[in-house]
This record gives sequence, structure tokens and C-alpha cells, in this order.
Amino acid sequence: MDWEPGKKSVAEPSAWSQALLVELAVSPDGERLAAVLREEGSARVVVNGEPWETSFDKAWYLRFSPDGRLTALVNADMKWTVAVDGKPWEAAFGFAWNTLFSRAGDVMAACVQDNGRYLAAVDGKPWKQGFFDLSDLVLSAEGGRTAAVVQAKALAEGDVFAFDQGAFAVAVDGKPWDNTFVNCWTPVFSPDASSVAAQVRTSPREYTVAVDGKPWEQGFACVWEPRFSPADGSVTVPARTPKGWALVRDGRPLWDKTFAQVLSHEYSPDGSRVAAVVAPSFGKWTVAVDGRPWRARFDQAVFDLCFSPDSGRVAATVRHRGKWTLACDGTTWDESFDMVGPPVFSPDGSRLAARVRRGDTWTVFVDGKPAGDAYARAFDPVFNDDGVRVLVRGISARGLYFRQVVAL
Amino acid sequence: MEQTSTQTGDQGLEKSVARLTPDQIAKTLGEILKSEGGARLKAYVKTCMSCGLCADACHFYLSHENDPRFSPAGKVKQTIAPLLKKKGAVDPEFIKRAALVAFTQCNLCKRCVMYCPFGVDVAWLMLFVRRLCSRLGVVPQYIQDTAHSHSVTKNQMWVKEDEWIDTVFWQEEEAAEEVPGLTIPLEREGADIMYSVIAPEPKFRAQLIYQAAVMFHAAGVSWTMPATPGWDNSDMAMYTGENEIMGRLKRAHFEAAMRLRVKRIVMGECGHALRSVHDMGNRWLGWKTPPVPVTHAIEFYWELLESGKIRVAKKLKTPVTLHDPCNVARGLGLHEKARDVMAALCEDFVEMHPNREYNICCGAGGGVINCGPPHKAERLAASSAKAKQLFDARTRGARTIIAPCHNCHGGLEDIVEHHHLGMDLKFLGDVIYECMEKPWKKDEEEQGR
Repeated sequence: MDWEPGKKSVAEPSAWSQALLVELAVSPDGERLAAVLREEGSARVVVNGEPWETSFDKAWYLRFSPDGRLTALVNADMKWTVAVDGKPWEAAFGFAWNTLFSRAGDVMAACVQDNGRYLAAVDGKPWKQGFFDLSDLVLSAEGGRTAAVVQAKALAEGDVFAFDQGAFAVAVDGKPWDNTFVNCWTPVFSPDASSVAAQVRTSPREYTVAVDGKPWEQGFACVWEPRFSPADGSVTVPARTPKGWALVRDGRPLWDKTFAQVLSHEYSPDGSRVAAVVAPSFGKWTVAVDGRPWRARFDQAVFDLCFSPDSGRVAATVRHRGKWTLACDGTTWDESFDMVGPPVFSPDGSRLAARVRRGDTWTVFVDGKPAGDAYARAFDPVFNDDGVRVLVRGISARGLYFRQVVAL
Repeated sequence: MEQTSTQTGDQGLEKSVARLTPDQIAKTLGEILKSEGGARLKAYVKTCMSCGLCADACHFYLSHENDPRFSPAGKVKQTIAPLLKKKGAVDPEFIKRAALVAFTQCNLCKRCVMYCPFGVDVAWLMLFVRRLCSRLGVVPQYIQDTAHSHSVTKNQMWVKEDEWIDTVFWQEEEAAEEVPGLTIPLEREGADIMYSVIAPEPKFRAQLIYQAAVMFHAAGVSWTMPATPGWDNSDMAMYTGENEIMGRLKRAHFEAAMRLRVKRIVMGECGHALRSVHDMGNRWLGWKTPPVPVTHAIEFYWELLESGKIRVAKKLKTPVTLHDPCNVARGLGLHEKARDVMAALCEDFVEMHPNREYNICCGAGGGVINCGPPHKAERLAASSAKAKQLFDARTRGARTIIAPCHNCHGGLEDIVEHHHLGMDLKFLGDVIYECMEKPWKKDEEEQGR
């Protein structure tokens, strides 16, 4: 990857064709701009002006995988599939959507529907078994396994009593758990992909977590997304207890504090710390790390919670008094914006960047200061390995796509 | 006085109540009253002086020849008041009766609140009764099924993920035939607005998505819709008392908007969804205000017309009247903006009386229409007050009712048919689509010449 500081114009999509440009995507290294162009009932994917060999009846959801391959959801002859660098998967379906990538990008998965049966397909290979419905598909980090919420039993229209008996399960690699539940949501793999945890409703009024199909003994008034600890494999979940919202580990309160709300939570990569988006009181939001809330409070939202790769820092996007900005370890950037993208840490965690929007322009900010030029549209910044350069990818108001490397 | 039957023909009530025992009721309700029946509940129930000023505000009371059982205070006396007095120790038949009153004889329209000298919010009390019934599993079958759909799909009509995306593609294709270059941008991160709708749109009224796309295209709006759950802003779980599902829905909706990095959410013409997004769902989650600003379609249309982004080519000639949906007028005060939009679009506007925040509910709101066929006859039996109001507007010329709310459409269509009023119904979006300037038409005409 070229990290030489400077700015170059990579592509001008408006010059490629008179066809209608409906979607754009940029490669992780910034060297390629891809577009879906539509004309006369067909859709063509074009990369830096070069069209894929095959055109399709429809194409959308352009996504570069982390390893740089370009994917699109494509439709031809009334069938949908995933096309990778122009080549559609051999198998095609009644519908395909929600392309997912493994961490390295070497494995891809998507939700598919065929003849009214719902399943997942991994690198073009569908699960052996389909279901009445499927949602919340996840792919393990290394890409070896898939899990999703499935409707495992038929439900007659309006049969509220059968619903209460439980018709939903998590299917892992196509095999459903033996237990069914009133609802299942947001399955997640353990770091080694050997286990799956999910939110479940065990009765219409009781929520808990099930790990590999087995629900915790403890029930709660409500729960949100579970997470596995990378350190010890325990499972934590925000849960509503009689004392308030708490972070619960393996069924027992983890922190001594409760809150008006605990939303998402995340572990540091080394598993030594856990952070959560919390509301210490109604309408006041912050981040709690290992149970200790930041002193700063935000009156509207805290989102995009994440740890730095070295596990040392925690950041989130925050909305306060109508403006968005970034907060890291309890300190907010001096400037605030109409919108911010998700926080991006340098590999050593020493720098923090995000794209920010003011009016109609987007700029990349690093540690609260602008880096590079302003664009009509910008993509998430990328740091080099030692964090001293940042890649800015943006499209100018005139429609030119630029790749800009800024020395920090 | 006519006796009200508790034989409902509704399995969600009959079968569920048959399974209840007094011990189970006392235990469950005792727990909920202790954990959720705070000062607000006690203040409301103890403050009510039974003065009866609320009675004339209620269309159920007016439509049932001033039967006091249908007055707001009367509903309190049949439900939460004795329940509190007995600390939850009531029998299954009481629960069925209370469920019937709270779910099907109150639209939660809050008109009575404006007439109460103490501001007792009977709608809130009836919602609390629904919450209690829900914890006992006693909920009308149809609306319970809708809430189940919310819990599974995060939309109210069991629309599966592929069906939603496919419907958007279909509407895009149709609209692009009329408007060259039109797209419905799914998942366009960084757009100015996320447009959200309610599930009956992709299911039954897909043309509304088409019309919105045409409007936004003409106005040059930067917009998107999510391809993920969160596209539906509606919320029947709010009305079944399943607050936990309500919170889950609103979280999905707002987090879709935050993920898409939009400046605000614009929602289609729906009343109850506004109540959920702007008041109840967000607050249950701990958000004092919506974490992403929300603009109702009425306000957005007003902006587009006021700014000249949409120009009116011709005004609607048919005499029209406006029904102010409870949740957007009493709930958010959008009635004047609705009239500004009407003035821009309609030549002959006949005001309904009473109107604005004093308007009478359509009879469908609060999830009452969602309780389904078993309760339709009773719903229509409570419609004469609304029918009278519509008939009055009709005698003064109105032929079309404009109602910027989906449930109001359902309720008003039933009333118009039941009372042979001979009026038709439109959304504001229907009228804008019909009357707006369409520059591409001019281009086509010029090319044709």
C-alpha cells in the first residue's frame, strides 16, 4: 500500500458513462473506486472506469471485503446471488442480501431465500437446511462458522398461543439448537467460534441469555446483546434487574452499580476491560469502563463504542446539544459537528480519527484536528501501521475521487 | 341502560382469562403495582374527583348516548381504581372486563385530558391497565399477533427482510418508469434524512413509497431507507403494554439512523408511530429526546412547500376536509402546519368542527382497530360522534377527507362505509403527488412537441 504523502485523483465516475450512477464504494487501500451504473434495464459494476465483464439485471450493495475484493448483490434471470470481482457465485437464489466478511475478508456469507426457505450461504455454499425465516446472521471472526436466528417451527397466522410455546432458535452452520424460544436475537460467537450466545425470551415476559441453546437459570425483565469475554470465555449482557439496568456475567451482576439504561457493551481485545454505553440517570448518557462511568455526560446519544487495538483506550461518538463529536477516555474533542463517522484508532491506539460533517462537506479529523482536504463525501480514514500517516478518501464537489495520504 | 357483554369472541381474551387463577392474578399484579405503580398512578387515581367534565370529551361516551360506563372516569372506575383498592386481588372475570375496557373502549386519544381540571391522563391509566393485562397474558388476539410480529421482524406485518428490500426495488422500478433517473436509495450512508414508514406501506399501500420517492426526487432531497430492520417506525407493542418490545423497536429504528449517519429521520404519515418515536419508546430507553431528530411527514411537506422545493402545479378542486390525527395534533401540535399544507394544495377547504387539538378521534387509534374483527362492531357502535362531525363537514360540501395517519384511514373508511357518508379518503402525500409540479412531464411534453 502506498503511504507516500500526497493527493492524487483516482477516478472521475461522471466521465465513465452517461448511465445513472446509483452507488459508490471505495477499496480499503483507496486505489479503486467502484460504482453501480444503471441504464436500459441493466446494471453494470465499474471499477476505476473498467466494467465487470458481465452486466446484470440489477446490482447493489457494493462492498469491498477487507482483503480488497469487490462484491455486489446481483440479479440475473430472476435469481439473486453474490458476485465477487465480477464473478457470481455458482449458486443463485430467490433472493440474497446482507453480505458479511470474516475479519481478514477471506470468507464471505450472505442471507439467502430460495423457494420460500431461508438460510445462509458461505462462499456460495448454502446451508443444507432452510427455515421459515432467518435474521441476525453473523459470521465468526475467522470465517469458519455462521449463526443466525431462525424460525424453526411453523406458526399458523395469528396463533398467539403457539407463538408463546416458542418457535425460534439459533441455527449454527445450518443446524438449529434443540431448544426453541419465544424469541431469539443477536447471536454472537465466542472468540474461538466454539460457542454461540444469544438473547432469548423464555416466556412472553422473561428474557435471558442462552449459550449453545441452554438458557441461564436467571431471568430478567429485558436484556440486550451478549458478548463473550476474550479473556475467560464468560458471557456478559446488559440486563434489567429490579434495581435497574446492570451488566450481568454468567447470570450474576458484574458491576456494583446499576443504571437507568445500559445499552451496548464491548470488551477490549485482550479481554482485560469491558465498557458499556450507560445512562446514569434519565436522559444523561456516558460510557462506563469496568463499572466506572466517565464524568462527562451527553444529553442525546452515545454510539459506536469501541476499544483501541492495544486495549488501552475507549472511544465513542456522542451527541450533545444537537451536535455530534467524539469522546475518548472521558474527554470530548473541542469541536463538534453535524455528523461524525465511527471512531478509528491507529494500531497502537495513540491516535484517533473520524470523518466529520459540517454543512455539506466532510473532512477527516485526527485527534480533534483536520487532516487533509474537505470533500463532498468522505470514507472512513485508515492509519498506516505506525500511525504516523492517515489515508483520506474523498469525493470532491465536482465528483472527482481523490486518494490523499496525510503525514501526521 | 344497555348491558355490555363480556363475551368477546376474542381468543386472546377468552382463552387467556380461562387459564388465570386468582392467586396468579394477585401475585402478578401485586408485583407490577409495586415495581411500576409509582406516584403518577396514585396521584391520578386519587386526584380524580369524578366531576364528569371528561365525559363530554369522549366519543365512546357521546356515541353511547351518554352512558357513564363509557366516560373516561367511568373506565377508571371499572378498571384501575378497584384494582388498586383490592391491591390486585381481583378475579379472572374482572381482568377480562378490564382488558375489554382498556383495549377496546379507549383510543388513548387524550382528548379527555384537556378537559380534566386536574390534568388526569386517563389514556396513561388505560395504558397501565393494558400493561397489567399484558403481564397476565390477556391481550386481544389480533393486536397481540401484531406485537409478536414486531418482536420477530421489528415490523408490524411479518414482512421478512428480503420482502422489504424487494418491495422497495419494485416501487423504485415503477417510479423510475414515470420519472427518469429516480432512485430509492437503500443504505446510502451520509444522506441528509432517513425516511421511515410503517409496515402496511410495503404490505398494502406500496404506492405511498412510490409517491414519497417522486416527491423527494422532485425536491432534490438527499435521503435513504435502511435495508435492515429498523425501517418500520410503527409500534403496536406500545399499545399492548409490552414496553420491552417497544424499547427494542425504537432502538432498532434510531440505531439504523445513527448507523446511516443521517442528520434526521423523516417519518411517513402515521400518528401512533410518532407517539412511539417521539414520546414513549425513546423515553423508555432513557432518551429524553429522540437521539436523532424526528420530523413528521406533515412538517416535512410543509418545509418542501414553504421552501419552494416542491411547487404546486394545480390545486385540488374537490372540496376537502381535514381530520387532525390525535397523536400529531394533540400530541405534537402539527395542526397549523397541516392547514398550511392544505391551503397550498386545495382550492376548497371545509373545516371540520371541532378541529385541531379538539378534534374527535377516528375510533381506530390506540391500537383499537388492531384488535381486529372481533371488536369491529363495538368500534363502530362508538362511531356516531365522529360520523356526525364528518356528516356536518359533508353537508357543507366536503367530499374528501384528508387524514395524515394510517390508522385514521382505517377507522374513517369504516365509519364512512358504516354511516353511508359517501366520502373518500386521501393522505396528504396523495394530494401532493397529484398536484405537484413534475418537471419531467414538461420535458416529455416538449420532447413530444
